[in-house]
Amino acid sequence: MVFAPPNTDGSKVTLPSHLDNFIGGKWVPAQDGETFEDISPVDGKAFVTVARSKAADIDAAVQAGTDAKDAWGRTSTTERSNILLKIADRLESHLEELAVLECWENGKPVRETLAADLPLAIDHFRYFAGCVRAQEGGISEIDHDTMAYHFHEPLGVVGQIIPWNFPILMATWKLAPALAAGNCVVLKPAEQTPASILKVVELIADLLPDGVLNVVNGFGVEAGKPLASHDGISKIAFTGETTTGRLIMQYASQKIIPVTLELGGKSPNVFFGDVMAQDDAFLDKALEGFTMFALNQGEVCTCPSRALVQESIYDEFMEKAIARVEAITVGNPLDPNVMVGAQASNDQYEKILSYLDIGRQEGARVLTGGSKRTVDGLEGGFYIEPTVFEGDNSMRVFQEEIFGPVLSVTKFTDQEDALRIANDTLYGLGAGVWSRDTNTAYRMGRGIEAGRVWVNCYHQYPAHAAFGGYKQSGIGRENHKMMLDHYQQTKNLLVSYSPDKLGFF
Amino acid sequence: MTKPSVATRVELTDPAAELLARLERIHGALMFHQSGGCCDGSSPMCFPAGEFITSDADVLLGTLAPEGVTPIEFWMSRSQYEYWKHTHLTVDVVPGRGSGFSVEAPEGVRFLIRSRLMTQEELEAFDLL
Repeated sequence: MVFAPPNTDGSKVTLPSHLDNFIGGKWVPAQDGETFEDISPVDGKAFVTVARSKAADIDAAVQAGTDAKDAWGRTSTTERSNILLKIADRLESHLEELAVLECWENGKPVRETLAADLPLAIDHFRYFAGCVRAQEGGISEIDHDTMAYHFHEPLGVVGQIIPWNFPILMATWKLAPALAAGNCVVLKPAEQTPASILKVVELIADLLPDGVLNVVNGFGVEAGKPLASHDGISKIAFTGETTTGRLIMQYASQKIIPVTLELGGKSPNVFFGDVMAQDDAFLDKALEGFTMFALNQGEVCTCPSRALVQESIYDEFMEKAIARVEAITVGNPLDPNVMVGAQASNDQYEKILSYLDIGRQEGARVLTGGSKRTVDGLEGGFYIEPTVFEGDNSMRVFQEEIFGPVLSVTKFTDQEDALRIANDTLYGLGAGVWSRDTNTAYRMGRGIEAGRVWVNCYHQYPAHAAFGGYKQSGIGRENHKMMLDHYQQTKNLLVSYSPDKLGFF
Repeated sequence: MTKPSVATRVELTDPAAELLARLERIHGALMFHQSGGCCDGSSPMCFPAGEFITSDADVLLGTLAPEGVTPIEFWMSRSQYEYWKHTHLTVDVVPGRGSGFSVEAPEGVRFLIRSRLMTQEELEAFDLL
């Protein structure tokens, strides 16, 4: 069954014609009344207008957070945990509705939002509900009469800037730990994908005290910058690209507040010769792992966009791998059988085409795909063929995050060569290693300079497995209880139980 | 597109030059920093001049001087330049939804880099052989 687009007969999703900001527990328009259009990449048409906010709206949201933070910070961990559990239940009972809306807004296949984005987001709230209940402070006995007590305290009001590639899941990765830790949040969704998050907020608004969660929509330069540089926030978290990441650190340095940054990568996916030792389930899994570059149309920070294949199996493996890529089902993203949908925006689509051009100019050989494509009935949408290039790691298609369904493949001779190529990149977010030999897999996994190395798997994002970057891929870790620390101060009380003076004066 | 009299690393298309003239009237003098990485990465970011602090970690690829516009410096991080230096860049503009804090987003357009391999003469001019 193909799902119906929002606001059409039989659709799971009904939207008003306009969506506002959520500040202090109320839905409010931008103070100057401006709006912008939210465009569906599935058909290239606007489907809702959204508040176009400026500095004054950010001020109001930070003030609402500031007014709420003392009371929220004093709630017990049990209360906050229970609220997160209720949020998870609420989202779960609206899973299909959210999945269809996110598909329509982002262009990703509903197959994926139903099976991954929403179930992971729901689980994430439950995970942090558990973590915060289990978190403990510390008591350190410095000497018999001197005790160091360590308490976790919330930071206050935190700013969070969310990317458009997994609108609900990326918001959840930041929201769940921040709320669990007792912070108030001012969140700015990406201007490409505000509606999915606003629908989540509509569903959970009654569960949170006013001002604890505030969502302000708009463009980066008009709303993101005033948030990142606001005097009233105690932390800024951002997922995006390197130049904006540097700019956010620059603003943070002027106020001396912490940042968490997740800035992407050019992740290597390494296939050793022994994957071909047998024609079995493992080889089948490895071939799916190769094809994972096309998941979410390649719009994943950890897209395995460089495949390194050992030369001893290269021809045989690539024949099977290309056949697997060519078996990808494309089409209407609302069809649950479709595996690859639309690119998220026109500029993203144009950028990918510019890379298909420079890839060819540099002499990379197109093994499959290489062009734009159209979907019947959705001619205005932004669709690209899953594409595999063969070339050299020095080429720009091997070095830059294209953020499209574009894979660049090269050969390696041995483990040392594989490690050299894998690490010849500015980034270090993800990597994959495929081998039947546990020693090879372990040595490679430890040797690759990346925060997440998938061994004999790829693109799994379970809560409780830390996720974050080495090198230019960012600072901090998400998806793990250690994230609570990123949203907390450490208070130390150093207490003397001795009646005796020190003797200095 | 204006034909350069000397070798350049970066140029503008006419629509990009016209957009920059419009943006200068709103934001004052401008600069570019080429981004890398996630989401909106690999895109040129346009900021009010001086907003983004450049340093020894960056390379000035060129200064763009469209007619009637304050000259615009185009920067890239030094590490990224090492992988890009054999290509010539042209800043173009396409309809789009914006990214990062780049100033053109509210206009419903996005700057985009188009690339070509440098010619032998250009490689010689920039000592890249």
